[in-house]
Amino acid sequence: MNLELAANMGATPKADIPAESPLAIRGMTVSYGQKPVVFSVDMTVAESSMTAIIGPNGAGKSTLLKAALGIVSPLAGQTLVFGKPLKAARHRIAYVPQRASVDWDFPTRVIDVVLMGLYRELGLLRRIRPQHMEKARACLERVGMTDFADRQIGQLSGGQQQRVFLARALAQEADLYLLDEPFAGVDAATEKAIIDVLKSLRSEGKTVVAVHHDLTTVRSYFDRVFLINTRKVAEGTVEEAFTPEMLNQTYGGRLATGQIDQLELAAG
Amino acid sequence: MSGEEFVPLSLTPMLIGVLAAVACALPGNFLVLRKQALIGDAISHVVLPGIVVAFLITGLVAAAPMMLGAAAAALVSVVMIEAIRRLGNIEPGAAMGLTFTTLFAAGVLLLEQSDTSSVHLDVEHALYGNLESLIWLDAIGWSSLLDPLALMGLPPELGRVVIALIGVVGFLWLFWRPLVLSTFDESFAQAMGIATNRLGVALVMVAALAAVAAFDAVGSIIVIAMFICPPAAARLMTNRLEHQVAWSVVFAVLSAVFGYIFAGYGPLWLGFDNAVSAAGMIATVSGLILMLAACCAPHRHRSGAPVA
Repeated sequence: MNLELAANMGATPKADIPAESPLAIRGMTVSYGQKPVVFSVDMTVAESSMTAIIGPNGAGKSTLLKAALGIVSPLAGQTLVFGKPLKAARHRIAYVPQRASVDWDFPTRVIDVVLMGLYRELGLLRRIRPQHMEKARACLERVGMTDFADRQIGQLSGGQQQRVFLARALAQEADLYLLDEPFAGVDAATEKAIIDVLKSLRSEGKTVVAVHHDLTTVRSYFDRVFLINTRKVAEGTVEEAFTPEMLNQTYGGRLATGQIDQLELAAG
Repeated sequence: MSGEEFVPLSLTPMLIGVLAAVACALPGNFLVLRKQALIGDAISHVVLPGIVVAFLITGLVAAAPMMLGAAAAALVSVVMIEAIRRLGNIEPGAAMGLTFTTLFAAGVLLLEQSDTSSVHLDVEHALYGNLESLIWLDAIGWSSLLDPLALMGLPPELGRVVIALIGVVGFLWLFWRPLVLSTFDESFAQAMGIATNRLGVALVMVAALAAVAAFDAVGSIIVIAMFICPPAAARLMTNRLEHQVAWSVVFAVLSAVFGYIFAGYGPLWLGFDNAVSAAGMIATVSGLILMLAACCAPHRHRSGAPVA
């Protein structure tokens, strides 16, 4: 069957989208070539929550985020951000792409990258004033990178690069934070620093959604999960949805029983 | 050399060389960082069939139809590259290579088959331009710079290169922030709502503007060299983009000035009695500068992880 047609048939009518949700996705379908990567996915993110998007490699986790942000164009589907179309609500979203998606040899300094987060405020030609620098420095301080402000970004470790990306997102002063694998390849200190910042964002009433790989930390880091393997498998609080049955369904039996037992233990 | 000799014979070609070099080097900074440097190569090649077709249609060797033909060809090549890249799902370098070799070959074929050889439209001219011929015969010395009548006689290529340079500088000044953002982190820029695709096409069109104006005056050799050599050498001098752009302008100016001087006088100094092509020498000097930078510049080691 025609993929687009199928996706449209699967889409839920607009009426049931809760207007207050920071991020509501309906009938999202994305394909690269003939192969659907995300198929007819609905997602409703709860306000002031931390949601982990979980699934095996190639399950469409990053693609779902990118489609929601309009970075890849979906075959079908719609996104509402705080009840508004994406275009009208971009200023309320901060996005942290995968660290490996940029060339860190780019000739720029740490502070310049953080200032990029102020683009909406600065526009094309407004001058960078002391208050903008102050804001950027405050964001660097929040991720513990103050001392690196004038470093070239290529001189940073992977964890430091990730913190700079987070600082840039903080500078956007958004209400919804979408992070693509923020803990991939970072050191333990960075992981701790990042999760502390994310938790403090939640306590300020902000909403955090992160693509996450490490199943052992899901319970301690997040309060909600979204399980996906091209199609949505489950969505809900960690207690409801982060269960061995759902994980088995998501990973298609690719998780060893030992791994699941460990998770149960961690839950215990 | 005295003003009476320098101003009419060397000032304008040198100035046109400098302005053309800077106009190409400026957008070259972004093209190099976006790993699109070859697009300058593509544009400068496809300009040839554009000019030939314009001549065949109009029968004129006038600047206006030629520039229009060149610009149209540049536009066609940009569209072709994008189409091949997307439809064929292949990497941009391959799409560029395919486009510019095909169109350049078509241009040479047209040139050979048509009657254009009689009207000073030949491959050699296309490659090297004719910088030395852009003289200012109305000038009698430095005082001519203040003489309105003499200024009227300035070669028209000078005006066109100036317009192109103004266009390039204006574009980079206005769109500096979104250009930097989308060059460094395209998906973040898109999430911010920046139309990165349109911006990318605009950058290439601005580069095409510079290429066409420069091609008209100095030939495609300079265009190709100036898109790549000064920005690449400048990247090795600094780790900040603003400084890199400034260095690229310095290197472009040095290449043009010293290239022109060496071409005119170098062979004499070595005991020969002829001069060599200024365009070729300017490109050579820019290559030498890049070589020096690669050997001795302060930031020539990759600090980031290698990109796969």
